[in-house]
Amino acid sequence: MQPVVDPQETAGSMTDRVCAIALRERAFLWWWLLMIPSAALSGLLVAAVFWLFYAGVGIWGIDWPVMWGLAILNYVWWIGIASGGTFISAMFFLVRVEWRTSINRIAESMTLFAAACAGIYPILHLGRPWFFYWLFPYPNTMTLWPQFRSPLFWDFCAIFAYVLSSILFWYLGAMPDMASMRDRATRRGQQIFYGVLAMGFRGTAREWRDFRAAYAVLAAIMAPMVCSVHSIVGLDFAGAQTTGWHSTEFPPFFVFGAVLSGFGMVLFLILPLRRLLRLESFITARHMEVLARLLLTSSLCLAYAYIMDAFNAFYTGDVSERIFFHDRISGVYAGVYWWTLFLNIVVPQLLWWRRLRLNQPLVWLVGLAVIVGMWLERYGIVVVSLHRTKLPSAWGNYAASFWDWATLAGTVGLFFTGMLLVVRLVPILSMFEMRELLANARRQG
Amino acid sequence: MAAIFRPSANLAAKVVLLGMAALLAGGTGWWLVWPRTDWSRRVGWVIDQPVPFSHEHHVAGLGIDCRFCHTSVEVSSNAGMPPTYTCMTCHSQIWTNAELLAPVRESLAQGRPIAWNVVNDIPQYVYFNHSIHIAKGVGCASCHGSVDRMALTYKASSFTMQFCLNCHRDPGPNLRPKEAIYDTEWHRTADTPSPAALMQQYGVPNRDLTDCSICHR
Repeated sequence: MQPVVDPQETAGSMTDRVCAIALRERAFLWWWLLMIPSAALSGLLVAAVFWLFYAGVGIWGIDWPVMWGLAILNYVWWIGIASGGTFISAMFFLVRVEWRTSINRIAESMTLFAAACAGIYPILHLGRPWFFYWLFPYPNTMTLWPQFRSPLFWDFCAIFAYVLSSILFWYLGAMPDMASMRDRATRRGQQIFYGVLAMGFRGTAREWRDFRAAYAVLAAIMAPMVCSVHSIVGLDFAGAQTTGWHSTEFPPFFVFGAVLSGFGMVLFLILPLRRLLRLESFITARHMEVLARLLLTSSLCLAYAYIMDAFNAFYTGDVSERIFFHDRISGVYAGVYWWTLFLNIVVPQLLWWRRLRLNQPLVWLVGLAVIVGMWLERYGIVVVSLHRTKLPSAWGNYAASFWDWATLAGTVGLFFTGMLLVVRLVPILSMFEMRELLANARRQG
Repeated sequence: MAAIFRPSANLAAKVVLLGMAALLAGGTGWWLVWPRTDWSRRVGWVIDQPVPFSHEHHVAGLGIDCRFCHTSVEVSSNAGMPPTYTCMTCHSQIWTNAELLAPVRESLAQGRPIAWNVVNDIPQYVYFNHSIHIAKGVGCASCHGSVDRMALTYKASSFTMQFCLNCHRDPGPNLRPKEAIYDTEWHRTADTPSPAALMQQYGVPNRDLTDCSICHR
């Protein structure tokens, strides 16, 4: 087995390298080349949201019978991507795998911004978004409570808790590194910036003891939360009587899909980043190998879910389910179904071969393929199910409008803007954990 | 290495953290308390009107029935505002040159209704119907208060959903005998039939009054 990090590296050389990226006086040229379009797309998001608040959800393509359009499917897509980051960061922290250390900061940052992108959609999707706080169970002058039996309410709680804990987990995990940055910074502005973020962390034995306990507790909360959050997203659908949704299989099915898209996005991000930031000796072939295997595994889990999905359509004996399934594989939206299968199931099979797993452009493309594939899968679930419901009189088609696409492109811009800001300002590897890893490697080696 | 922060920074950090906690607690408190205040609901606020009409004078002083002006209250969702002709029933004969009543005379001359300002407003998604409340024994004063004591008209109740539901969840105690509906000073006495008896008498269903579609369509 290859080493996780280049044996030439020491704690000192690693800290120098990582700190230098964030403490650079000027950003890289490639950073600006990526930042400008990302920020422009974020601007488009702001415009789309303002127009939406002014004109209402009628600017989107939603109409009877497809009332859950791109907004809900983008929400599910982003929250799925977010889940992958937490899965890597929290789950593999608890089981103490050493390869997690080089990529957990990137994975957590990805979670943070993907969850932020996801979180805004359900609010935008409300007809009267300024009343979003009615989702909170608080004593109000209407003497009304949310429907506690509805998965939509559980969903609100799950996402709220998930976003909050993701922020805490990310920030707490970065705190010792902020202290390192504060101590290394030479310019006054940077010293204050990192000094405030480090919140006075000095690295005393007592601080480390408390820090480790708090971090482990958060990780232990986060790891199961990944599964529960996405199970509840699945229940949003399974709770309805709609054809193609009403299945007990949905919670695990959604978790499989979520981690698949998460692994896809992590690979999509770390492969260019390791080159652009010269981190090849810390993010190595071992990481690609492991992540590619995980991607393949989750793809196989998802294949099982797809098979069960098809099987259930016939097993239920419900005519409407059969009609719906027939429409799904051969109707107007049949392309969505077949592309979903191709991108999520067929393409990842390339990763059975070790030589292909180590082919960086290929793995990057596979990552991209499952990200797109998972978006199509959600299109199939949200749109295709709603357009063929049980009542033939309520059948209809859906086409996303310009503002639907603008909002999607806008959240993609927001995501990359956030990621690029993290690359610029935050140590992109978890330095304090890397130091332990390097010290252990040295002791054993 | 020189220290980055002065010792006073510790205090600043604590103040900021405590301030954030206080802001959160204060904000939550505000969020819970503010909508319940009379101030936020403008209860008891006199609204400026084109003519300073006194319910106190007309109802308590002269003994005019509510329905003399609000004619449609028994048959329509809207209680109805009087046309200028109603005012002129008397004011073509008395106070004919009063400065105060100039807008009324002007309204009649120009054939343009007086633009009264709304005192009791509810959101558009609430389909309130006056006639059913009158028909089922709810007195005017139950919502509008003692109008006979208002020299200038103001809102007497909060008209929050909570206010509506307080009665819809248990209407009995707010029902009154038919003859007392327009009595602004009526109070339940020992002779009044029990709430249950009134519910029975009016045929008020004790079942679906809190369904969403009772008020929202």
